[in-house]
Amino acid sequence: MIQGVPLQHILLLTTLLFFIGVYGFITRKNLFTMLMSVELMLNAVAINFVVFNAYLFPENLQGHFFTIFIVSIAAAEAAVAIAIIVNVYRNIRTVNAERINEMKH
Amino acid sequence: MENWSYIIWILIIPFLSFLFAALPGTKLKSSVSGLVGIASILSVAILSYITAYSYFFVSGKIDGVFQKIIAFNYVWVRFSEVLQIDIGGLLDPISVMMLVVISTISLMVHIYSWSYMHGETGFARYYAFLSLFTFSMLGLVLATNLFQMYIFWELVGVSSFLLIGFYYEKPSAIAASKKAFIVTRFADFGFLLGILLLAYYTNTFDFITLTDTNGTLITNPVAATFMGASVLTWAMGLIFIGGAGKSAMFPLHIWLPDAMEGPTPVSALIHAATMVVAGVYLVARMFPVYLMVAPDALEIVAYTGGFTALFAAVIACTQHDIKRILAFSTMSQIGYMMLALGVSGYGGEKGLGYMASMFHLFTHAMFKALLFLGAGSVIHAVHSNLIGDMGNLKKYMPITHITFLIACLAIAGIPPFAGFFSKDEILVAAFEHNKLLFSIAFFVAGLTAFYMFRLYFRVFWGKKQAYHHAPHESPFIMILPLILLAVASCLTGFIPFGKFVSSDGRELLVHTHWNIALPAIGFALTGIFTAMAFYKKETNASTDITNALGAVYKWAYKKFYLDEVYLFVTKNIIFNGISKSIAWFDKNIIDASMDGMALVTNYFSDKIKGAQSGSVQQYTWWYMAGSIGIVIFVLYFLMIK
Repeated sequence: MIQGVPLQHILLLTTLLFFIGVYGFITRKNLFTMLMSVELMLNAVAINFVVFNAYLFPENLQGHFFTIFIVSIAAAEAAVAIAIIVNVYRNIRTVNAERINEMKH
Repeated sequence: MENWSYIIWILIIPFLSFLFAALPGTKLKSSVSGLVGIASILSVAILSYITAYSYFFVSGKIDGVFQKIIAFNYVWVRFSEVLQIDIGGLLDPISVMMLVVISTISLMVHIYSWSYMHGETGFARYYAFLSLFTFSMLGLVLATNLFQMYIFWELVGVSSFLLIGFYYEKPSAIAASKKAFIVTRFADFGFLLGILLLAYYTNTFDFITLTDTNGTLITNPVAATFMGASVLTWAMGLIFIGGAGKSAMFPLHIWLPDAMEGPTPVSALIHAATMVVAGVYLVARMFPVYLMVAPDALEIVAYTGGFTALFAAVIACTQHDIKRILAFSTMSQIGYMMLALGVSGYGGEKGLGYMASMFHLFTHAMFKALLFLGAGSVIHAVHSNLIGDMGNLKKYMPITHITFLIACLAIAGIPPFAGFFSKDEILVAAFEHNKLLFSIAFFVAGLTAFYMFRLYFRVFWGKKQAYHHAPHESPFIMILPLILLAVASCLTGFIPFGKFVSSDGRELLVHTHWNIALPAIGFALTGIFTAMAFYKKETNASTDITNALGAVYKWAYKKFYLDEVYLFVTKNIIFNGISKSIAWFDKNIIDASMDGMALVTNYFSDKIKGAQSGSVQQYTWWYMAGSIGIVIFVLYFLMIK
């Protein structure tokens, strides 16, 4: 809990973060940027967990644990995703999402 | 008790020969298939003769009655506890007699065809079909039950179809084979209905059970009726429709004259001696049932036979194609056989008609096969079917001439040739039972003599033809069957047939009834002399009479316009009236509604397929919009209350 900062402000921040992530995921064509946007969304949710835990149920710790899980899984996911993207780039020399349509037809 | 299990080889040998000739196609030398066909039918004939000898003279008779023996039997399909279909071999006097007839004629035709079909493309195919036909026909006569008979009945129909259409490059042959198949198939539909009806009420297909005079069907017939007649009369009537179709009885006869498109030896085998008498055989097989439970159906048999005999004989007097004359004569003679069955009773002297019918079947097979083979010999020599192109052939083809004359005398009923004896029995049977049918039969006897001798004199006497190249006698291989059959036509009449075949299996003493035979001979001689006066020398008398008769002659010449009637019914009423409206309904209602469904689906899929772009970002957009929509919906409409 941070003194002088109300819950609503932090929620406003996470909401902004989340929709910036959504916006980025929808509009960006570069796979790396899309991955970064996904990370933004993920972190917004993680902050929500921590904040709700700290402000509303200070005697419990589940929210913190979940956040640690999310962070570690996000790391693993990022590693896998980047590996895939690198392989995609090696095969078709592009990281543009719209040009990766090998399996469309 | 003798072991009859070798009978099964009578069926297996021709079937193997069929496979042998048919499967290699053109890879085998055609003469090999021909020789194998002849050898196999020869062994079948020998087996049949052995069977006939041991059945008739050694062990068929117990206490003076010929037994019905099941030579072999396999259960094929078991429908229920009581109803099953067997495949087996039944030996009784008529089936053994038919074995002899079929294998003899088939052997003659096999030998004859060796020379007649020589050099023909499809020689092996021809022998394959002949073997198939022989196999099916033998299976038909050996059948132990109605269903087995039906199976072989259809097989016979198929092989007849194949052989009529043997010259498949010729449109008329194709049309004829289709006509034969469709007309007989149509009749067989009646046969099948009859079988099912009978089996439904009696729970059996088995001939021995059905025709047992002490069995439940005959002593305690089903009482159910349908439209004023008992169901058994209906069943037997329907079965007779099948027989009438195969035996070319009026009004289902229209296929037989066209069937002459096939090779001539085929006509001799199938459309004169064996297959077309299958209907007679069927009625004879079921005879006790006809007589004792369905006498109305038997009346129909008698009158159909009588009418066909007369009808076909009149047409035969007017035709110009040698094979068609013989075809109509065949119809007429089969009409005789049906008539004889129709007027017969059961047991002892009353069963004379039955015996006469079988006797006539036997003798007719011999002399009619001879006539056809003789006609084949003539056609072979002059390369034409029309009697207008023939004449004075006695000079060129002496042996064909003599054998043909013998066959003509036999069919005309002149003693001592075979036809006289059997025809006499038929006339006696008809005389005792029904005077109207007797007078028809008597009149037809004269007509028969007339048209046969019209044919004989036109072909072998008559005017001198200017042949392009002089006709010559056929080779020995074709002459040999003619001579053998001519001998048979002379001698078979003296067989005391009643000793072997009778309605109840007991001996029936037969003697010639001169009070009926003499007028019949006289009438036949009148026919012969009339024909002689008209046709022996080239005169105008026949043309004058033809012109005098005018429309009547034309009516008969056009086969009483029955083909046209059929054509009218099928084309104008069934095709244009019924089928076209059904086709319209099918096309515009049923198909169109299905098409409509497809069209609507297609339209919508076309409209919404843009949504499936394959772009993940677009999907995300829709996903986000959807989830936000749901959140708003939940917040404002469900939670705030």
